[in-house]
Amino acid sequence: MEAFTTHTGRAVPLRRSNVDTDQIIPAHWLKKVTRDGFEDGLFEAWRKDDTFVLNRPERQGATVLVAGPDFGTGSSREHAVWALQNYGFKAVISARFADIFRGNSLKNGLLTVVLEQKIVDALWELTERDPEAAITVDLEAREVRAEGITASFELDENSRWRLLNGLDDISLTLRDEDDIAAFEKARPAHKPRTLTS
Amino acid sequence: MGRTLAEKVWDDHVVRRAEGEPDLLYIDLHLLHEVTSPQAFDGLRKSGRGVRRLDLTIATEDHNTPTLDIDKPIADPVSRAQLETLRKNCAEFGVRLHPLGDVEQGVVHVVGPQLGLTQPGTTVVCGDSHTSTHGAFGALAFGIGTSQVEHVLATQTLPMARPKTMAITVEGELPEGVTAKDLILAIIARIGTGGGQGYVLEYRGSAIEKLSMEARMTICNMSIEAGARAGMIAPDETTFAYLKGRPHAPEGADWDEAVEYWRTLRTDDDAVFDAEVVIDAAGLSPFVTWGTNPGQGAPLSSHVPDPASYEDASERHAAEKALEYMGLTAGQPLRDIAVDTVFVGSCTNGRIEDLRSVAEILKDRKVADGVRMLVVPGSARVGLQAVSEGLDVVFKEAGAEWRYAGCSMCLGMNPDQLAPGERSASTSNRNFEGRQGKGGRTHLVSPQVAAATAVLGHLGSPADLSDTPVSAGVR
Ligand code: SF4
Repeated sequence: MEAFTTHTGRAVPLRRSNVDTDQIIPAHWLKKVTRDGFEDGLFEAWRKDDTFVLNRPERQGATVLVAGPDFGTGSSREHAVWALQNYGFKAVISARFADIFRGNSLKNGLLTVVLEQKIVDALWELTERDPEAAITVDLEAREVRAEGITASFELDENSRWRLLNGLDDISLTLRDEDDIAAFEKARPAHKPRTLTS
Repeated sequence: MGRTLAEKVWDDHVVRRAEGEPDLLYIDLHLLHEVTSPQAFDGLRKSGRGVRRLDLTIATEDHNTPTLDIDKPIADPVSRAQLETLRKNCAEFGVRLHPLGDVEQGVVHVVGPQLGLTQPGTTVVCGDSHTSTHGAFGALAFGIGTSQVEHVLATQTLPMARPKTMAITVEGELPEGVTAKDLILAIIARIGTGGGQGYVLEYRGSAIEKLSMEARMTICNMSIEAGARAGMIAPDETTFAYLKGRPHAPEGADWDEAVEYWRTLRTDDDAVFDAEVVIDAAGLSPFVTWGTNPGQGAPLSSHVPDPASYEDASERHAAEKALEYMGLTAGQPLRDIAVDTVFVGSCTNGRIEDLRSVAEILKDRKVADGVRMLVVPGSARVGLQAVSEGLDVVFKEAGAEWRYAGCSMCLGMNPDQLAPGERSASTSNRNFEGRQGKGGRTHLVSPQVAAATAVLGHLGSPADLSDTPVSAGVR
């Protein structure tokens, strides 16, 4: 995983709530067996409309998505995170994320930032007024900064540490291999098994 | 202080706990399917890792599988490639797989319980959000992403933050004709699609205790649509009776030991939930969705709501967008909504009891002219059971299409899709824009409402059907 320390970029205001993962990446894209090449599937249905915000010339090259509440609901597809990253997004800001989506994003180094809706409103207004406005997402300081806006955000220390260092979860867990083996020894015999030996 | 059911199961699986870190949780059962696993196996290969516990891992094919001509090569090359990738990965790593055509093939959340692999007090994960289904057994069951799938394959554990707990207590008796599906749709409409966020929901109360295992699975299945991490129901005699004798249920002394443990899996009287919701079962009626998320639902007897009636600006906006997409107008009676397609199936309502209740209504009746009805069993076994009871004949005689098992039109990754603008009544769990096919419009309903709707040609319940089943051709 790529480390995330701080990022500054232009934003895309997505004034919609309850953007589910079927909207972020429709099911037919899920047939791919790789982690890349999902950028054209991002918000595919909405992008057919020329007026959709992502299609606007002034939003090209933007890297911060500012979305409405309950972003990433629905299916657990990690493809939604890959699609956002493949497209070039580094961070998503919303007042509320669906749990599985948030977990997936943090595992892939896409920073999901929870800010109060009134700050999200302020960011929307700023970037709609001035598409060139830069938004900084600073994980070290746990702060989002933009013209006239400074807002701190919460992220648990453990996730932050993993992101800042770009650490691979599996290697971290395997350091506790002894604990896992000990737990396995004590598991009751009645637990289900998929293979019969 | 006492503990809740979820806390008990959680505590029993903590491998390692450290201040300021997520708990490392042991996973008892890992279910795989073709869509969310290829990149995980790829990751294992790249890092030279294997599958830690093949005996706790099982795979099936469901999302991409066709429901017609299953003996012919799969027409869509991309679907075929994904299924072949799963077969290749399972062969290479040694994972037990039930491919298309196998008698144990089917939707992953139907297969686990049916084999008796889903058991009380276990932790179950799958790269699929509807893993919450397995909570019906008193298991702690989470949907996970592909990175986590890889993590579980490699370590049989997951680092996870301890969830909060919410009690959803349903007291009383469900009125005649009101099903588990109506109940869960009403719960989601009440608490909202984000209402369960961060929580494990425990469904309890006399109305829940009276439900069959299959009905309990329907309820837990849709916990995720309320944003919850998982849904659970305490195991009881109904649970034990369902499990007894299943292929992977414990036997002999193991069974007795297991049941003894399972009986301890109840929320203690003095345990405290972080949140509580109480629902009166007697006040419920058949429930359908009118919008584009599962929280946008209302009693079948009511009307399409007026977006202006929502105080919250984002809810109002969402309702406006939903009506536009759905092609509906505020104030329209829900019963007036005509459908083109009826889909019976999915991990929510594709089990044998669901098929029986649909057959009961379709018997000696006809699917309305111009309506296409698909009946797709949740698994090959469910299909065989239905055939042995003659249900397939009832479906076919009524004019419905009887298909092979799979996810099918629940998400239309296979050829079973809605055409743009087509409207369905569907027993599945998601009415998102385009979920059942680009531009398709979905109304989520119970199997009973689906069957009645198929006969009527518009949304309706069995109570709306004339008393005597009509004969062929007459409506
Ligand atoms: S039936 Fe539908 S909800 Fe269930 S696993 Fe398949 S696609 Fe997902």
